[in-house]
Amino acid sequence: MSAVSSAPPLARTESRSLAGDRRHMNPYLAGFGLGLVLLAAFLIMGRGLGATAASGSIVAWASGLVAPEWTAANPALKGYYADPPWVNWTVYLIVGAFVGALVSAKLGGRIRPRIERGPHLSVQARLALAFAGGAVAAMGAKLAKGCTSGQALTGGAQLNVGSWIFMLAVFAGAYALAYFVRKEWR
Amino acid sequence: MNLPLYAYELISESQGLLLALPLGFGFGWFLERAGFGSSCRLCAQFYLYDMTVLKVMFTAIVTAMVGLWGFSAAGLLDLSMVYLTPTSIGAQLVGGLLLGAGFIIGGYCPGTSVTAAATGSGDGVVFIGGFMAGLMIYAIAFPGLEDWANATSLGGLTLPQVFGIPYGAVVLAVVVMAALMFAGAEWSERKFAYLRPGAR
Repeated sequence: MSAVSSAPPLARTESRSLAGDRRHMNPYLAGFGLGLVLLAAFLIMGRGLGATAASGSIVAWASGLVAPEWTAANPALKGYYADPPWVNWTVYLIVGAFVGALVSAKLGGRIRPRIERGPHLSVQARLALAFAGGAVAAMGAKLAKGCTSGQALTGGAQLNVGSWIFMLAVFAGAYALAYFVRKEWR
Repeated sequence: MNLPLYAYELISESQGLLLALPLGFGFGWFLERAGFGSSCRLCAQFYLYDMTVLKVMFTAIVTAMVGLWGFSAAGLLDLSMVYLTPTSIGAQLVGGLLLGAGFIIGGYCPGTSVTAAATGSGDGVVFIGGFMAGLMIYAIAFPGLEDWANATSLGGLTLPQVFGIPYGAVVLAVVVMAALMFAGAEWSERKFAYLRPGAR
């Protein structure tokens, strides 16, 4: 009896945590913290944050195991292929980011195995779209020489012309498609 | 003080690699604290009832931008030794549109997919797999695109250079613009609160 009566409030708490407010840091405070980390990267290393190059390094390394000469000559991979992942700065950055997110979520009680999706979408469809979205995002990030971190955030703070064009295009692309994939999220 | 430390060879390459770990830790920590391990929350940005992405992003940009300008103006930092990604207008326009499309379809951008994976999100893990596959597809199928992006590069280019106005003036303009955007974001969240799942 008690299990039945306690189920609805739990479900509501969960959906609120996904959409919203209560269990996360104030967004302006989180942004300030993120900005200080970015500033520290500029002052210490003379470069910003990034999340694309780490994947690039691992992909180029794996490709090099199969086809070293092709990888070393490929325009999109040769830049990543110069150094293996274990001496690549961005790989260490992403390893740190994974651990930072893990510790933050653990302390906040937010670690939960899940496939996030709207109520009208199957798990299979959500995973197929996650894979497709990842692949499209990769081509965009590679073409633009950076992603939301390496271009929008890092270049935005540097007043980099290409980064500001990129940032506006990211928002334009996502807002333009949002209506068509709304069932995925809501 | 001679900043950036690495450019002045005040820290070695291996020390730089080790320092990437705490910097990355802070990166992942604040992304997760902001709620960016959740694709539903990230994508809410594009349905106007939760503007967290915009608020976090622009607060971070303003913070780092003012810091860079301040350290540089105080003579502590040589801004020319901070790496600036070359501008290629067409490539960054098309690349941005693709990344935005991938974001709303897949639910993440590259950094937030790592955050999501760390918190147990299966869709975050699959997004990372798709991202790596996408890099490989790009390398195999579109090597000409990479050549085009490089051939149209204008080199490192900043807004103050393009508009011919002082660096500090552009910094001030971005701060004012961000403040107006934050006011707009708060208005949007109230206006479209009825779209929030569970609000009806």
